Amino acid sequence: MTSGESILDVENISKSFGGVQAISNVSLTLNKGDIVGIIGPNGAGKTTLVNLISGFLRPDTGVIRFKKRRISGQPPHRIANSGLVRTFQVMRPYHSLPAYKNLIIPLNSTRVKKMRAGKLGDLDAVAIDILEDIGFERDARVPYKAAGTLPLGYLKRLELARCIALKPDLILCDEIFSGLSMSEITSLIPLLEKLQMSGITLMMVEHRLRELFKLAGRVVVINFGEKIADGPPEAVMARDDVKAAYMGTEKTK
Amino acid sequence: MDTFERRKKRLDRSITVRCRGLYALNSWREMLFLLAPRLLLIVGLLAMPLFLDMYWQRVMCAAGIYALLALGFDFLAEYVGLVCLGGAMFIGVGGYISGVLNAYFGLPPLVTIPIATIGGAAISTLILSPCLRLRGIYFAIVSFMLPLFGVYLIIALGIFGSTEGISALDTLPNIWVEQYVIIIMVLISLFVVRRLVNEDLGLILRGIKDNDQAVRASGIDITAYRIRAVFIAALMGCFGGAYLSHLYGWLGLSLFAMDFSILPIAATVMGGMGTLAGPVIGAIFLTPMSEALRGFGQLRVVLYSVVLLGFILYRPEGILRYLDRKYHQFERWEKV
Repeated sequence: MTSGESILDVENISKSFGGVQAISNVSLTLNKGDIVGIIGPNGAGKTTLVNLISGFLRPDTGVIRFKKRRISGQPPHRIANSGLVRTFQVMRPYHSLPAYKNLIIPLNSTRVKKMRAGKLGDLDAVAIDILEDIGFERDARVPYKAAGTLPLGYLKRLELARCIALKPDLILCDEIFSGLSMSEITSLIPLLEKLQMSGITLMMVEHRLRELFKLAGRVVVINFGEKIADGPPEAVMARDDVKAAYMGTEKTK
Repeated sequence: MDTFERRKKRLDRSITVRCRGLYALNSWREMLFLLAPRLLLIVGLLAMPLFLDMYWQRVMCAAGIYALLALGFDFLAEYVGLVCLGGAMFIGVGGYISGVLNAYFGLPPLVTIPIATIGGAAISTLILSPCLRLRGIYFAIVSFMLPLFGVYLIIALGIFGSTEGISALDTLPNIWVEQYVIIIMVLISLFVVRRLVNEDLGLILRGIKDNDQAVRASGIDITAYRIRAVFIAALMGCFGGAYLSHLYGWLGLSLFAMDFSILPIAATVMGGMGTLAGPVIGAIFLTPMSEALRGFGQLRVVLYSVVLLGFILYRPEGILRYLDRKYHQFERWEKV
C-alpha cells in the first residue's frame, strides 16, 4: 500500500516549555498512504508533536516539510489549507450549532473553495453527505441535533468528519479511540481503513495499542520527548527499551 | 394538616408544536401566530413617533442610536465571542468624521453620513484589529480604553475644535426625517444581523466563539473573520455617531462618553443576551428611563448598574426570552 514517497518529513525538531524539554531532536518520515502509530507513555510528548506539526506550536529548532514544502512556522490555518489536518484529543464541537452545520465551517475554508472552483452547490447537502459517509444516519435526527447534545462516539466521528470535509492528504488523529467503547472502536476501524484506501495518510497518536496495531503498519515510540523506536508493531513492542518505557524497568526490584 | 405541594407545570401551546418548521405555512392562523410578535415590533417602532411630543421624539432618536450599539454589542459578544466596550469609540469616530466633513468641506449630511459610516467603521476596525488576538476580558479592557485615547488625542493636538467641539453643523431637514432615518436603520440592521448569524459567515463566527482552535484547524483564518465581524458592528455604531452629530448639529468630546459603551450592555442584559431583538427593545426602554432621570446627572450610571444587577439576579434570561416563553407556553399550578 505504501508508495514509498514521503509526504511528511520532520527533521530534528525540538520544543521546550520553560525548563521542560517536551520534544527533543525528533525526526520522522511519513510515507504516502501509510497508517503510522505514535505511541508512548503519558507525558511523552505525543500531543506536543501533533501540535508542532499542525502549527499550533512553533518548534524551537528543526524543520517540518509537508509535500516537500516547509510548513514549520506557518499559522495553523495555512497548514490545514495545504492538506494537513488534525483532530483534537478533547472534543469541543461547535456546541450551539447542529451537527451538520459544524461542517459548514471547514467547507468554507480556502482549500475547499478552491477545489470546488466556484461550483457552489448547497453546502448543507455536502455536509450531510460527509456525515453519512462517516456513520451518521441521514434520515435519523442525529445530524440535525445540536452538537453539544451528541454522545462521545458521535463527537469523535464529527471531529473526523470535520477533517474529511477539508479533503486532506494527511490526518493527524490525536487519540481518536480514547473514551470509546469497544463496539464504537470496532465500528470506527473500517472507517479509518476506508480513508487509507482513498489515499489519505494517517498519523495516529494512540493509547489503545491492540486496536492501533490492527491498523498501523508502523509505529513510532516516544518517551520523554525522544524517539526511542520506529518500525513494525511486533518488532517495536519486542524491544526491551520500549517495554521498559511502558512497564517500568526490572532493575528497581 | 394537609401538606400537599404545588408545582408549576409548563405546557407548549399546541399551535407552536406545529409551528416549528414548514407546517406553519399550512394555515393563516399559525402564520399569524408566528408573525404577530415580529409585526408588533416593526409596526410599533414605525408608529411610535405619531404618539410622541417633540421632546420624546428626540429621546427616541437617541434610543435608536443606543439600539444600534446594543445590537452590535450583542452580536459581537454572543455570536463572535468578543466583549466589545468600544461603543463610545464607534460613536466618536463616526460622529467626528461626518461632523468634520460637514463643517470643513461643506458636504451635506446625505453624503457625510454614508462616508462616516463606512470610513469610520474601517478606521475603528483598523484600531481594534491589533487587539483581536486577545480574548474575553482583555479585549473588553482595551476596547473600553480606546475612546479615552480618542478624547486625549483631540485635546492634546487641539484639532477639530478641541474641547469646544464644532457647532452649527447641518441638521436633517425635520424631525420626521430624523426619526424615520434611525427607526428604519434599526429595523434594517436587526433584519440583516438576524439573517447573518445563520448564514455561512455567521456560522463561522459562532464556531469561533465556541472553539477557535478547531476553526483554525479547519483552515480558516480567525483573525480575518473577527475583523469582518467587528466591521459589521462598527458600521452600526459609526452610523449612530454620524447621525448623532447631525441630529444635534454639534460635535464634541461627549461623543466619546462612557454612556455609549455602558448603556448597550445594560440594554443587552435587560433585553436578553443573544436574542438580537432583545437588546433593541432593551435600549428603547432604558433610554427614556435614563432621560427621565436626567436630573441626577452622572448618577444615571448607577441606574444602569442597578438594572444590570436586577436583571442578572432575578431575570437573567432577559425580557425577550421571558416574553417568548410566555407566548409559546402556558403555565398552571398543579398539586403534586
